[in-house]
Amino acid sequence: MFELLGISPGALFGQLLVGLINGAFYAMLSLGLAVIFGMLNVINFTHGAQYMLGAFVAWLMLTQLAVPFWVALVVAPVIVGALGVVLERLLLKRVYHLDHLYGFLLTFGLALIIEGGFQLKWGSAGQPYPNPLPGGTNLGFMFLPNYRAFVVVAALVICLATWFLIERTRLGGYLRAATENPTLVRAFGINVPRLITLTYGLGVGLAALAGVLAAPIYQVSPLMGTNLVLVVFAVVVIGGMGSIMGSIVTGFGLGVIEGLTKVFYPEASSTVIFVIMAIVLLIKPAGLFGQTK
Amino acid sequence: MADALLKVSGLQAWYGESHILHGVDFEIGRGELVTLLGRNGAGKTTTLKSVMGIVEKRTGSVTFENGELVGQPSDVIARRGIAYCPEERGVFSSLNVDENLLLPPVVKPGGMLVEEIYGLFPNLLERRRSQGTKLSGGEQQMLAIGRILRTGATLLLLDEPTEGLAPVIVQRIGDILRQLKTRGFTILLVEQNFHFAATVADRHYVVEDGRVIDMIAAADVASSLGKLQSYLGV
Repeated sequence: MFELLGISPGALFGQLLVGLINGAFYAMLSLGLAVIFGMLNVINFTHGAQYMLGAFVAWLMLTQLAVPFWVALVVAPVIVGALGVVLERLLLKRVYHLDHLYGFLLTFGLALIIEGGFQLKWGSAGQPYPNPLPGGTNLGFMFLPNYRAFVVVAALVICLATWFLIERTRLGGYLRAATENPTLVRAFGINVPRLITLTYGLGVGLAALAGVLAAPIYQVSPLMGTNLVLVVFAVVVIGGMGSIMGSIVTGFGLGVIEGLTKVFYPEASSTVIFVIMAIVLLIKPAGLFGQTK
Repeated sequence: MADALLKVSGLQAWYGESHILHGVDFEIGRGELVTLLGRNGAGKTTTLKSVMGIVEKRTGSVTFENGELVGQPSDVIARRGIAYCPEERGVFSSLNVDENLLLPPVVKPGGMLVEEIYGLFPNLLERRRSQGTKLSGGEQQMLAIGRILRTGATLLLLDEPTEGLAPVIVQRIGDILRQLKTRGFTILLVEQNFHFAATVADRHYVVEDGRVIDMIAAADVASSLGKLQSYLGV
């Protein structure tokens, strides 16, 4: 069959794995964007910079303090999430009642400042981060590197845990209700401003967690988030804003489609997601899983 | 009244530039069921919202169990033991009936159990997995009342619970309000439907142009019918 298509099974499964890896990052990042947008009504254009911060904090911890990857995987997202909390309290809370444009300008400007500052200090070139899980398994039809397998599984677990938190727990019920009618939820005795801060911290922490996971694969560089987040916004548009499961399915799905395009028609691999976005916008403007409000 | 549970005096409120309440005064004793009557736009709903702390700006004094509420955010007011059922009911579409019922956190001991609430509203039990907004208007109203009974709040603020409902459902809600009163709840009810209000309340306050202009006890309703009709324009 593979001879018929003119490609080797190694190339096919290799690109499928690359697609799954990319999809894992699309899913984790678009999930955080969806959660933040649902609760804060702000499109968080700082998301890519916060993903980069996660990777950088892990890299600095390793190179300056010799903190191993597995510790950084927990600590770096907590640090970056806490920075997100400060950001929300100091700046973001001032734009909720204004037009979307102000939230966009604020978060986009912040991303430029953060990324510019890091370029000034560390330059644009990538810093290598050693692979914490070297080696791999020969599956017969392809070679599966251990760390990449771990990333796919970890991303799935993280995505499903976030889905469970929001769709199946008491705290998630507060979040969903406050997305609909924050005034009434507050009048029931729930501190909604604190809930909003917590949501932003959680979304930012998710971006940073993705950044730490990405460090050993893509290298650590100030602009690593800019390139990725562009695709992630297309993923969010395709999946539809505000749907948790939609973000997860669309993220992984588009990663795989992109990977397969690399095998069958490499020329289109960098544009295929945007072509799909254009088609979805024509047919279903609210996105595949979005609801028109 | 020496032991007023809720005492409102000189309450003024604004929405943006518009001055809605111009000095509202009334009080409710523990265990009473009191209504605010008045025409559309008189300021009844705004009075409830001002007690609950969800208007933009308010001045004057609202004390509950002798603690001042003006200046407090609504989540703090709720935790003192006041629960609010809005006119538009506020049932959440992204939550099912069970989740809607369990949403308001318990603020004090002594609230009703979930089983007791489902006992009071058997229709809701049958539909506990349905999306909240898929219920009929009457069922949504029962859900909106039911979910604030669990929290241990002692004062219930109900905004026109009979609005737009069939007479048989209105009767059912009247039965429920009387049961809640015997259980010891204190209820402040906003109503346009005077005939319904007369069947449940101990006293009526008449609101006009953002002020309380009269108080009529249940016993005097019959002798004050002419006066009431001119107030309410019915």
